[in-house]
Amino acid sequence: MLVLSDFLILGAVLFCLSIAGIFLNRKNVIILLMCIELMLLSVNMNFIAFSYFNADITGQIFVFFILTVAAAESAIGLAILVVLFRNKNTINVEDIDSMKG
Amino acid sequence: MDTTFTFAMADLGVLAPEILLLTMASLILVIDVYLPERMREFTFQLSQSTLIGAALLVFATYPTQSEVVMSGMYVNDAMGAVLKLFISLIVFMSFIYARSYLRARDLYKGEFFVLGLFATLGMFVMVSAHNLLMVYLGLELLSLSLYAMVAMHRDSANATEAAMKYFVLGALASGMLLYGMSILYGLTNSLDLSEILTAMQADSEQKMVMVFALVFIVIGLAFKLGAVPFHMWIPDVYQGAPTPVTLFISSAPKLAAFAIVMRLLVDGMAPLQDSWSGMLIILSVLSMIIGNVVAIAQTNLKRMLAYSTISHVGFLLLGVLTGTQSGYAASMFYTIVYTLMSMGGFAVILLLSRAGFEAEELDDLKGLYDRNSWYAAIMAILMLSMAGVPPMLGFWAKWAVLNQIVSAGLLWLAIVAVVFSVVGAFYYLRVLKLMYFDKPEDNTPIEAPLDMRLALSANGLAILALGLLPTPLMTLCFSVMGLS
Repeated sequence: MLVLSDFLILGAVLFCLSIAGIFLNRKNVIILLMCIELMLLSVNMNFIAFSYFNADITGQIFVFFILTVAAAESAIGLAILVVLFRNKNTINVEDIDSMKG
Repeated sequence: MDTTFTFAMADLGVLAPEILLLTMASLILVIDVYLPERMREFTFQLSQSTLIGAALLVFATYPTQSEVVMSGMYVNDAMGAVLKLFISLIVFMSFIYARSYLRARDLYKGEFFVLGLFATLGMFVMVSAHNLLMVYLGLELLSLSLYAMVAMHRDSANATEAAMKYFVLGALASGMLLYGMSILYGLTNSLDLSEILTAMQADSEQKMVMVFALVFIVIGLAFKLGAVPFHMWIPDVYQGAPTPVTLFISSAPKLAAFAIVMRLLVDGMAPLQDSWSGMLIILSVLSMIIGNVVAIAQTNLKRMLAYSTISHVGFLLLGVLTGTQSGYAASMFYTIVYTLMSMGGFAVILLLSRAGFEAEELDDLKGLYDRNSWYAAIMAILMLSMAGVPPMLGFWAKWAVLNQIVSAGLLWLAIVAVVFSVVGAFYYLRVLKLMYFDKPEDNTPIEAPLDMRLALSANGLAILALGLLPTPLMTLCFSVMGLS
């Protein structure tokens, strides 16, 4: 029988994975976008678990909004990525460092 | 929990400013598509009248006391109304400032104004949010509009790079905030801020877990405000974005960020005040140190103002962390004053830029006095005000927050703040030295349309005049916090 803490641990593991992915990844910007998506999904996991085990529907409604916003967010992220590639001809994270100080 | 959604027609009246903004922004988006290039002015005028209309509606629905409408989703209180009025004013001014710069660079498109209006709507929602869902939606509406605005200059490598950095770190911040919210929801079983407050007061055994949620929420807020150590995006975004967008990002959103700090930490999590005060002290001290010290090393004017923003964020957190109504009022006063000054500072950069030339470097200010003594004087007022020299408005803002932390018994913090604002004075005064004592390197006459010159002069003079007579604005901030 699955209990609340199982879902919370899964959520926390996914969240940590995504944070680690954002900070350790030095190769590809698309992986950054995937990590951001994973982070939002881990939050969704938390909300749904709490919503189910506390028998309260509002958490699931929040999840619908997060999913919608995440879709809009990745649309904008990919649009910026396309423009970035056109200007720099690379999507390597290490090459995105022209501003310093 | 009562999940039935009751709907009263009268509630719509309270939402009138937001409804107007949403309708007009969507309408302008459509109208602009059908307008020929020479009619672009019409988009600008429509946007400006929308902002005036929204401000008038905020004024008309000014609440006599705090009222929660739409089944607890939305709150209309005096603090929110005043912040919304200032947000409308600042967005109005920043559209005026942006116009000639955008036109000279072929960026004078409807998108800028539509995105600006949607960002304003997001800020209004954040200011009035009374539910975690509304906080999140307002924040995302603002952030998504800003990402697109930063990337608007499509041929500039710096602008797109800045947009990418802003996007990734902004999304990370939203994720942190959401994770905190999800834990908070699990503990209190509600998304409503006042129900969260009641649940927290009733249940003191779960304090440890609540602090766990609080840490994530504070990190998310610190990212959005730009407090050290979550400030990495600010310098790059300020430098890379087109200057009118930098002006926009650095001004009105800070008011909205202050509002969600108040909504989440004070309205929602007041019982944890001793925990979040400690966290804010760390953020604030680090911001004042890093912001002021690193700004000295900058040669790029926009980047220097970015670090100056970070140090100002440190200052505005000082009032919030006292946990008293008068402290919040002082912080609100500081935030309003800061947005007025920052708007003026970037407007001077816009004024000095022209087609094919960005006045971004500190050296571009050399000999401004010889080129145009009036604008040199305006810039001098702004810089002295940011440094906190009396009788400018910035002095009273610093005085108000310092006064509050001293009466809260945090004398050491006040000393740190004063020491680092003296360090900060160095780079503000260096701007004055460049303007007044160096010889100009290029003598191109400074040209700007009449409305921009009027707006900038009014902006600079307001800083001086309000500095000579600070009482009305300060009284306003104290009265909206329920103090006379």
